[in-house]
Order: sequence, then structure tokens, then C-alpha cells
Amino acid sequence: MAFEYAPAPESRSVVTIASSYGLFINGEFVDAKSGTMFKTINPATEEVLADISDAGAEDVDRAVAAARKAYTGAWGSMSGRDRSKYLFRIARLIQERSRELAVLETLDNGKPIRESRDVDIPLVAGHFFYHAGWADKLDYAGYGANPRSLGVAAQVIPWNFPLLMLAWKIAPALACGNTVVLKPAETTPLTALAFAEICQQADLPPGVVNILTGAGDTGRLLVEHPGVDKVAFTGSTEVGKAIQRAIAGTSKSLTLELGGKAANIVFDDAPLDEAVEGIVNGIFFNQGHVCCAGSRLLLQESIAEEAMEALKRRLGTLRLGDPLDKNTDIGAINSAEQLARIHALADSGDEEGAERWSPPCELPDTGFWFAPTVFTGVTQAHRIAREEIFGPVLSVLTFRTPEEAIEKANNTPYGLSAGVWTEKGSRILWMADRLRAGVVWGNTFNRFDPTSPFGGYKESGFGREGGRQGLGAYLKEQS
Amino acid sequence: MTDRVDVRKTFKLFVGGAFPRSESGRTYEVTGADGGFLANAAKASRKDARDAVIAARKGFAAWSSATAYNRGQVLYRVAEVMEGRRAQFVSDVRDAEGLSKSAAVAQVDAAIDRWVWYAGWTDKVTQVLGSANPVAGPYFDFSVPEPTGVVAAVAPQDSSLLGLVSVLGPIVATGNAVVVIASTDRPIPAITLSEVLATSDVPGGTINILTGDPNEMMPWLASHADVNALDLAGVSDAALATSLEQEAADTVKRVRRATTDADWFADPGLSRLRAFVETKTVWHPLGV
Amino acid sequence: MSVELPDHGTDSLRRFLHGLPGVDEVGANGRVAMLGTRSIKNASKAFAIDLAIRMIDLTTLEGADTPGKVRALSAKALRPDPTDPTAPSVAAVCVYGDMVGIVREVVGDRVHVAAVATAFPSGRASLDVKLIDTAEAVAAGADEIDMVIDRGAFLAGDYGRVFDQIVAVKRACGDAHLKVILETGELRTLDNVRRASWLAMMAGADFIKTSTGKVAPAATPPVTLVMLEAVRDFRAQTGRLIGVKAAGGIRTSKDAIKYLVLVNETVGEDWLTPDLFRFGASALLNDLLLQRQRMATGHYSGPDYVTID
Repeated sequence: MAFEYAPAPESRSVVTIASSYGLFINGEFVDAKSGTMFKTINPATEEVLADISDAGAEDVDRAVAAARKAYTGAWGSMSGRDRSKYLFRIARLIQERSRELAVLETLDNGKPIRESRDVDIPLVAGHFFYHAGWADKLDYAGYGANPRSLGVAAQVIPWNFPLLMLAWKIAPALACGNTVVLKPAETTPLTALAFAEICQQADLPPGVVNILTGAGDTGRLLVEHPGVDKVAFTGSTEVGKAIQRAIAGTSKSLTLELGGKAANIVFDDAPLDEAVEGIVNGIFFNQGHVCCAGSRLLLQESIAEEAMEALKRRLGTLRLGDPLDKNTDIGAINSAEQLARIHALADSGDEEGAERWSPPCELPDTGFWFAPTVFTGVTQAHRIAREEIFGPVLSVLTFRTPEEAIEKANNTPYGLSAGVWTEKGSRILWMADRLRAGVVWGNTFNRFDPTSPFGGYKESGFGREGGRQGLGAYLKEQS
Repeated sequence: MTDRVDVRKTFKLFVGGAFPRSESGRTYEVTGADGGFLANAAKASRKDARDAVIAARKGFAAWSSATAYNRGQVLYRVAEVMEGRRAQFVSDVRDAEGLSKSAAVAQVDAAIDRWVWYAGWTDKVTQVLGSANPVAGPYFDFSVPEPTGVVAAVAPQDSSLLGLVSVLGPIVATGNAVVVIASTDRPIPAITLSEVLATSDVPGGTINILTGDPNEMMPWLASHADVNALDLAGVSDAALATSLEQEAADTVKRVRRATTDADWFADPGLSRLRAFVETKTVWHPLGV
Repeated sequence: MSVELPDHGTDSLRRFLHGLPGVDEVGANGRVAMLGTRSIKNASKAFAIDLAIRMIDLTTLEGADTPGKVRALSAKALRPDPTDPTAPSVAAVCVYGDMVGIVREVVGDRVHVAAVATAFPSGRASLDVKLIDTAEAVAAGADEIDMVIDRGAFLAGDYGRVFDQIVAVKRACGDAHLKVILETGELRTLDNVRRASWLAMMAGADFIKTSTGKVAPAATPPVTLVMLEAVRDFRAQTGRLIGVKAAGGIRTSKDAIKYLVLVNETVGEDWLTPDLFRFGASALLNDLLLQRQRMATGHYSGPDYVTID
């Protein structure tokens, strides 16, 4: 007898979305001088959610000027203790409005409400709480006595964890005494704009936080603006390189958090059921729109068949559909563009001879959807083993020995994260020691915490976010 | 009694623990601060730079897999041998920079002391830059600094020994291997240092010293996909520095920008130690 | 998994059981927590409530049990909701062996009669005593026997002894179904739960059961998850379908529905039947009835509208 789950939608009424939004500059919402607007949609339904301002060069000027004024004025001279109290206010407001923010994030991004409610928003609050406490303790952070802030930070963030990426950028920047101009991704501006309201509710001095919505051009103008002291970027490796090139020869500090193609390595003595959960979480959490996704599954050859059976069986229980339904596991792909990219790379997998499999999956008629997909018979030379797909597509390779696993795992220009599954403690640590990745998850995957530094090796970027180490991105060391 | 005819040195490159000439066969004239001829130094080519990177990658494997304690021992030995050659270094620095004897002595002493300081850092960096992280869940979570790999560096142009040591020390103390281009006009102290390194148990390839023109070699090193980071300390030409940074972007290298007006005598702090490490964070569940 | 089942000597059993995949406790807890967020509403909730009622082994296992108490419970088992004849009967009544006859008088053949046996709950007695305990319960009319494993032997690594006892009890059951209680609260680790599950199934259990209800913790979602995984893998290995009973500590409808979700998403709908999944509970029934009444009437019900037995 089948146990069907009735629809269990989270109510939309908790959030109010305006029909249009201006830019948040100097503590107020203002019309963009550029005069142009664009639309943000719900990728699950293609419904238009709101009209969004597209910041142009003049708007960038205004925002940077406001940030500079706040820096040389109220914020720059403020004690760490007082900065800390503003950040605590913001953290509390986020908690108070957490249901509303989760629903808004799901509507604008397409991710399941369970994830925005249980993962994204709690971590957002956590980041503000954690960094609030650092603001008046920077002397103890290991950057020398009285480390100074950098000034005005230009921050450009991606669409995959919109409010969380905002928290990762703004919390440490403010804790260290900087002011910011942040550009959210074109397809996911709404929670950043809600955050602007929260800054108003917290009575944050005007100009400390400025939010400029816009597309690629806005980001470029912001990053290249001469009035900016620090650039922090999370996004594609291609754009990261362009930014690094663009600020060469200036005195701007830079941190980058770029793409990845993480190896998730399963040994023959892995706790198999939990490893399967870790594999599923690793690549299908957030529809695979995760820079640190475990997109290359490396199975020890002796258990490859058994593990694939268990994995396929588990994939059959994944629920794809309305992101606002509390029982949905897999939500919508964020945009038509991203969907096209995923299709193109998945098709290359077919062309190059890998074997594709998906569980039976009904895709809704409207919106952007991609069924969870697994490719077996993949080798290092396949495009789907080298290029970041940023979607719910898993490439499965095999290995024989721990050394071979290390070789294959490290054989990539990326180096963001890796996973290892084995019951043998010494092997966990041996593997962790040798994996060239900024984050190594042993017998777990996709765990994040404000105290735990996150960032990549090699072309996955440089600099860390979170923890004591993450503060370094926003402080000037005496040297 | 006639003056003894001295045996003059051929100044070669230091690559992979050996002293090859440049594969191009070229040399360039090194003159002292007084304009007098000092030496024909090898003029390294891009192929030498390429070979140095290969040597460095090999050296990195050996150097980074040694224990921190062992690295400290090796670096301290370097300081011991430097001390033994103190008089030679003083004379090299005087010739190169035209300093008074006391000023040269001050620089050499500071350089040796600086090297000792970095020798003591090898087994402390982890504790100072690393951490255990109190994550909000049943996980053991820790962060450790690891060397980034191979660093290509341009030594300061003016401070021929202290500046060089201040650039090299933090790079190798943190476990990295390095290809360093010595000061173009004042390379001799660097060459003497290479002889010290060769006799100090430093694994071949850990430190490679090239003499020649950074304008020629650095673009190749900046774009080299097997170089992980650049230290542009001695790049005095702003246009070159900018173009190197741009090249480096193609492989997302970590770039430490040029230092103008550095006071090499000042306390270095942690900034250079931090510059060439990657932080690796490891998570594991706490359960039965 | 393509491995031969071992012979039942301790050494051979140990090699097999210790060769089963380990269970990462944090990972298992994480899976359970995620499944606990499933929101079961409306038609699916009504379905789940009725199914849960049909899966209950309505239980009383007290030293103070009297014929009067047992008769009242048995009547409730047949007709849980006096105001609503559409409420289904439970699966079984579960009592001590000396009360079996009383239950049978009331229920006839309409629900199962399960008896605990084998020196329940501690299991500390000779095998002979345990077998007599079993035989008497069967003779009195029990068609299900809930036995306890020898936890002392298990924790001492004497797997052969545990195995042999189960085989002997199964023989003494005759046609009665055997549920084997692992007492997961004393096994303590999920690795042990997995091993004990396999041991019991290989020895002939028809059901594996979490707990006696006399030791805390009793049933928990993580141990139940591991037991469900074990029956799933055992079926893949042998083709045999073994049931799972979660007993003790399950008091609310919300809890029960979480377990049904666990079953659904771990072993699938084949196990969503009283023949293969049971709740060992007493207070749970009333909470299910209250929820059932709320769904039927549209308003919250109260304790006066369900019977205390």
C-alpha cells in the first residue's frame, strides 16, 4: 500500500514582496540614476516576482562615496564594542524574521524550503552572531595589536546561497571596521534587499552597508571603481580570473572563492548507508548548485557495484517539485541559462561515452528543472569529470588504492573540497593530509559553520571565509 | 714579495642543489657600488627558469614531507654556516652596496639573526595560524596551514642580503619551495648564500637561485601553471608588476605585491608567513 | 552483497557480523532528522493514522496486571473508539504469558495475541526456563512470541550462544511467529544494533524488535532506521521478508507518523503493513484516536472522548 504525501506547502503570506525595488544607498532606497530595471522571477514557476533596479556607473559612484563617507565618519571611528552591538542587532533581526527570509529565498532562488529554513537562514544568523563577537576582540585574532580595517569593500556574490553568501561577506567586513558595497546576483536580489531593510531596522549608520542590484556590468564597475580598497568575489572561476586581472597593479586587496570539482571518495570499509547519504547530499543538496559539491564520486573498485545499487535505490526516493512544499528534496534550477549549461555538459557525457542514469522523475511543465542524474563509466579525461557542471549531475569514477584515489582527486586545477568515507581512522587522516583541498570532509559532507574557515586551493580561489582565519581578508596587517 | 694571484669565482646559478651555468650560455657584468668589475654572473633564461620550477616541485615534495622539526633543524644549520661565512658576507655586501664596514656588519648580522628567527618558526606556524574550530554540531573541526607549493620570487633590488633573507625565510619556513631571482645588480651575496645552502642539508630544489633579468624571466614564471604563488618584492617597475599580476590571474596564483620603501630591519610580523600558506579545514563526526 | 551466510559457530559469526558495514552514528542521526521534517497532512495523515492503529501491539506488561485489567485492554484492542466503528482494530494484544488465556477469551481470533517470554525483560535465566516459558505461552493460545536475546552473551561476544537460544525458542514456538527483542538500549551502539539484527534474522526471527520497554532508551528512530536497513539488505540477500517492531517510548501520533515515514523511505511500501511493521505501545493508541477524531470532526478533541483502560 503506497504512502503518498499530500502537498504540504509553506505559506507565502509570511512575506510581502514589493512590485519594484530601488537601490539601497546611504541608508535609503533610491531610484537608480541609470533608469533601467530588470525582472526577477521564481524559477519554479517563471512568475515575475518584482522589478529590480539596474545600477549603472553613477549609482556605483554614489554607493562607493556613501561607503567612504561612512568609513571616514561614523563607522571608521566607532569602537569595536559598538560595532559589535550593531552586528548583534542584525543577527537577532535575522532570527526574528527567519521564516519570512526562508520563504523569500526559496521563491527567488528555487531551492527547497526545507533547505532555506533549516540550513541557509540559521547559518546566516550564525555568521552575524559569530562576527559580532569578534568586532571588539581583534587584538586577539593573531593579526598584531590594533589591526586596521582596509576601508571600502566591494563585494560580489553568486545566486546559489544568496543571503548566506551576503552574510559571509558583510559580517566579517563590518566586524573588522570596513564599510561595504555589495552586489547580489542578478537572479537573486530579493533577500539582499530584505537585508537592507533589516539594516534600517537595526539603525545601522547610513552608508555602512550599500546594496547595488544589477547584472554583470554593475559588478565590473564596482570592482574596478578606484574608490574601493578591497574586492571580495564568489562566483565562477572565469569571472574570478577577470577580476584578478582587472585589479592588477592597483593597491586593492582581493579574495576569491571560485569553482570546484570535488572528489567524494568511498573506500570498501565505508559506513555504506551513511556514505550514500553523503553522496546524495554532496551533489544533490541545493540542486548541485554548490561550489564545493561532491561532483566526482570516486568508488573503490571492489565495492563499486554494491555502492551504485544502494545509491540508485536511494535516488529513487528523492522528491523533486514545488520548492515551497516542505517535503521537496530537489527544487528548481535557478535560471534558464543555468539549465542550458547543465544540459550541454550532461550531453557531452553521453557523447564521450559515459553511461547516464536518472530515477524516474516527473518534471513540472513550467519552471526550470533537471532530474538528478548519475554518469557511470566516467574517466578523468571526460569533460564531465573536469568541468564544473553546477547542477544535479554526478560523475562516477573508480580507484583501486588510496594512492590512486589521492592522485585522481588532486588531478584537477581546482581544489575547494573533498570527501572521504572509511571506518579506518588513520586512513581518514592520511587522506586528509594529502588531499589538496581547502575543506576535507571525513565521513560527512557539505557541513558549514561560521567558526570553520572555508575556501580553496589553486584555481578554486584564495582567502578564507569564517573563523579566525577569515578575518584576514578584511584587516591590514602591520608588516 | 709579489701579491698572490687570486683564484676568481665563476658565478653560476643554483638549481636543484647544483651549480649549472645558464643553458643560454650568457653572462652579464656585475659591478660594485664603486663601478668596478666584480664578476660575470650567469644570465638565466626562461629555460633555466623552467628547469628551476621542475627542480622546485621536486624539492617541494621532499621539503614539505619533512617534519616541521626537521625543517627547523635544517634552517638553523643554514644560519650556522652563514655565521661561519660572516666575513665573506660582509665583504660581499660592502662590494655590492658600497656600505661602510659597520653598516655592512649590521646588515649581515641582521640577516643571520633573521634566518635564525625563521628557523624557529617552522614548528610554530601551525599553532599560530591554525585552530580547532568549535562548530555547532557533533564534529571535530580543525584548520591547519599548509605550504602552497612553489613560489616564484623576485628578491629586493637594493638590500642584497637582508632583503633576500627576509623574502626567502618565510617562504621556506612554511614548507614551500622557491625559485628566486636575485637582485640583478647586486647578486653576489645571493650566490654566496647558495653555497651556504648547498652545504646545509637543504634538499636539492627547495631553494633555487637565478641571476639575471626579472623582466625576461618573470613573465614566464607568472604564467607557469606549476607555480602556485608570486612574491614581487623586488619588482621596482610598476608596469612590470602590473603585467605580472595580470598573467598570474590566468592560474589564480597568490600574488604578494612589490614592497616599495621596505624597512628590512623592522620586525617582519606574521604577514609574510601567512602569505604562502593555504588553510585546510577538516571535519569529522564525533560518534560511537 | 554476495556472501554466503556463515555457519553458526561463534568465530564464524563474529567474522561475518564484524564484517558488516559500520554505521556512522552522526550520519544516521542526520538522516533521521531530515526524515523527521517530512510534513504529513490531510489525506496522507489520515492514511498514516489508520495504518498506525492497525500496527499497534496494544501492550500491558506490569507486575500488577490482573484479569480485569487485561480484559479491558483486550476489549479496547478490538474496538478502540467506542464512538466511531470505522476506527480499525489493532494488530495484537501483548501481555505476559500467564495472561494469554484471558486475552483469547475476549478477542477470539480477531486480533493476534502476543506473549513475552524467555525470562522477559532481563533474559537472565537458563535456556530450559526460557523454553518452558515459551511453550506455556504457546499452549495458552499465543500466536506470537516476543523473546529477548541474551544481551550479556552478545556483549561478551558469545554470538553462538545468542544464536542457539533463538533457534531453540523458534522451535518451541511451533506455528507461532517469533519476534526477537534486541534491547537496543543495552546494545548502545548502532554497529551492535546492525550486528544483532543480522544475528536474529539468520537464527530464524520473523520480526526483530527494538526493546522491552523496560530499559531507557527504548525505541528510537536511529535504531529503527538501522533495523530497517538490515531487513532491507536481508531481503536482498535471501529473499525473505522480516518484520520490524518499534517498542517503548512512542507516545504521540507525530512520533508514530515519523516512524512510518522512516519505513516508507528506507524499505518502501512493502513493509507498510501490520504483517511487517508494528508499534509496541499503550498510550499511543489514545493519541492516534484523538488525532483521528480531530480529522473527522474538524475540531480538537479531549481526553474525555477516549477511553482509559
